[in-house]
Amino acid sequence: MRSVVPVLTVVGAIFVLWYLAAIWLNAAWAYDKATRAGVTLSASELVADTWAQDKPKLPAPHQVGAEIWKTTGAMVAKGRAFSKRSLIYHSWVTLSATLLGFALGTGLGVLLAVGIVYNTVMDRSVMPWVITSQTIPILALAPMIIVVLNAVGISGLLPKAMISMYLSFFPVVVGMVKGLRSPEVMQLDQMRTWNASPSQTFWRLRLPASMPYLFASLKVAMAASLVGAIVGELPTGAVAGLGARLLAGSYYGQTIQIWSALITAAALAAALVALIGVIQRVTLRRMGMA
Amino acid sequence: MGWLVFAAAAWAGGWALNIWLARQPASALVRLAMPVVFGVTLIAVWEGVVRGLDVSAVLLPAPSAIGQAFVGNLAILWEDFVQTVIKGALTGYVIGCGAAVLTAIAIDRSDFLKRGLLPVGNFVAALPIIGMAPILVMWFGFDWQSKAAVVVVMVFFPVLVNTVEGLQASDQMQRDLMRTYAASSAATLAKLRMPMAMPFIFNGLKIATTLALIGAIVAEFFGSPIRGMGFRISTSVGQLALDLVWAEIVVAALAGSAAYGGVALIERAVTFWHPSQRARS
Repeated sequence: MRSVVPVLTVVGAIFVLWYLAAIWLNAAWAYDKATRAGVTLSASELVADTWAQDKPKLPAPHQVGAEIWKTTGAMVAKGRAFSKRSLIYHSWVTLSATLLGFALGTGLGVLLAVGIVYNTVMDRSVMPWVITSQTIPILALAPMIIVVLNAVGISGLLPKAMISMYLSFFPVVVGMVKGLRSPEVMQLDQMRTWNASPSQTFWRLRLPASMPYLFASLKVAMAASLVGAIVGELPTGAVAGLGARLLAGSYYGQTIQIWSALITAAALAAALVALIGVIQRVTLRRMGMA
Repeated sequence: MGWLVFAAAAWAGGWALNIWLARQPASALVRLAMPVVFGVTLIAVWEGVVRGLDVSAVLLPAPSAIGQAFVGNLAILWEDFVQTVIKGALTGYVIGCGAAVLTAIAIDRSDFLKRGLLPVGNFVAALPIIGMAPILVMWFGFDWQSKAAVVVVMVFFPVLVNTVEGLQASDQMQRDLMRTYAASSAATLAKLRMPMAMPFIFNGLKIATTLALIGAIVAEFFGSPIRGMGFRISTSVGQLALDLVWAEIVVAALAGSAAYGGVALIERAVTFWHPSQRARS
């Protein structure tokens, strides 16, 4: 609780800097307009103009806020929450790919981790490649994967989800391997004195012990998964999704649209990570760990 | 059919070899050999399956075809590498990481700023920052400067958060000892707290290497001059020249792994005293 004031101060400072930067970056265009209209701008007029341009270099926060409201709340009020102009629709497209990819990635990650923990051959030969796989900037190749899968008739949700999966399986593998190995020798010996079978050791000791590690990785994986989904939307010809909004905005110089998509993506990431945090707290409390 | 048999045989052979290797006493050579065997096995299976099932080159070229494209287009690949990796990613990486470490040292003295910036930094590090790319391309133009700017933004927060955390790693006892030596705060920083922070900083730097490459390549999708890895990938996909795309992927993978390995080597030299480094030797 004692960090609320500092955090609010920093956030406030960011907003102040944002407004100042908006004046600085947009001033050139404002002066340009004024010269052509043959008027001189007073300081307050200049500020007012830089905060209210149609296609500013950097839109002011309230412009972005208004755009987000126009494309979400106002659309809902008109009963067109899922029209193609609505950010809710685009967010949903991105969200569904994110969640599918996240589920696939978590599944793959947990399976790989179990294999790595129980099989020395896999541990020694696969683990280095799991790490290497993340030094390859696969995200940059996402568009190619999308286009190629499209060419063979796989389109829609799955290609984007594949990219999310690739990005999200890694934190899960690393976290789960650590978590499944976290029981101490003492606890493993205890299981042995109870004559527990390997599967009993797994279900009753290793898996529960890995939960805190799993949740920490899930948060990272969720954020990575969203990034994957957004980048995966770039090459689909800007049809739908937050990534498509970014690309369309950059084609037509609609900076306010870019920023509103960006802020929505940020809010989505924050909400998803917070959701996992809540699940984590409830689960760990019921398991008696928190 | 023959190629499919080859693929199955390669898989069985590679796996059997690894099982045999796993039973050997775990020397450094065996540790190195096992992943290499696994990788070679995968490539052999890939080659066999692609040829055996007659997979179209548009979908997935065979490793041999990619190798040919790689050797045949060395000049183009080198030009793209210089544009994207050296000019875009490396410049941005150095500026971004340097700025992050300096910022961390600057805010380190204020407990208020630390408590305010850490949660915000952690939050921003989880955001899809790559979305800033179109904006930065708009601000800094199409050439490598905008790519470097994207990289700066992407690597800044992970390194900042790690450095701030690292600067807190020294415990009270050690700081008190420095005080009994009458060390100035600059000397404490240089001789105690920076060395203690190094494992954390390198953790951030390692994460940042991959991010830098990703940032530089993805930023090129939003506009670039007619060279660069991102440009080549997106145009070659359009021409269905998939072997060239895969050659670029090989370059990106090599650059990414080399950068990561390089940072890891420097880390080993700098933080030789840390338990995680000593355990291995």
